[in-house]
Amino acid sequence: MMIEVRFFAALRERVGSDRLEVSPPDSVDTVAKLVAWLERDPDLADALAATPRRMVAVNEVLGSEESSISQGDVVALFPPVTGG
Amino acid sequence: MKTRIEIRNGPLVAAEPSDWLRDAGLSGAQVQFCGQVRDEQGSVEALHLEHYPGMTESVLGTIVEQAGQKWHLNGAWVVHRVGTMAPGDDIVQVAVSAGHRQAAFEACAFIMDLLKTRAPFWKKELIDGHWFWVEARRRDAEAAAAWLQALSGHELP
Repeated sequence: MMIEVRFFAALRERVGSDRLEVSPPDSVDTVAKLVAWLERDPDLADALAATPRRMVAVNEVLGSEESSISQGDVVALFPPVTGG
Repeated sequence: MKTRIEIRNGPLVAAEPSDWLRDAGLSGAQVQFCGQVRDEQGSVEALHLEHYPGMTESVLGTIVEQAGQKWHLNGAWVVHRVGTMAPGDDIVQVAVSAGHRQAAFEACAFIMDLLKTRAPFWKKELIDGHWFWVEARRRDAEAAAAWLQALSGHELP
């Protein structure tokens, strides 16, 4: 399964990249499981741990860690928004 | 309802929303909010705004659509600046027109409160030559939550 993961703002800087193409196993079917799977990489684990308050979007729609994901989805992880 | 939603990498023009909303007497009220870069007692040298292209426009469109379902509006304008700006610069304009003032006041506040907590923008400030990301404020989340509660039963973006 191919998933595009996008990072923004402080999390993007901590990860050092704005997007990753990843191929997690099919059992990774929620954002929470995807985050746990990404955390197997120590650098990503550090970046995520440094950004504990996060918002989630799946295919550009706000979601949560419980949101389902599937092949081809774009999952964005970012700190709470601060526009306006 | 006519709508204008735009992300602009350049200065905002204060008179633009009211000119665009003008409708020869259809509306009896126009309310405009303009958010500006605070200098925080002179410590902020510059502000930089990042956004999620595509998602930002769609979230703003959904918020405006929800406002149009709750209040009878004739026009809604949301233009948000991105990139680097200076203290005193305009960051965001939210303007609405409606038959009567109450709808215009409430819809303008609703759009702004939802924008603050849902639209994917992030600010960082240049202070003493270093960039610092701005933290989200609890009171912004509370303002949006109050609308959610008041409008419970409505699907929100």
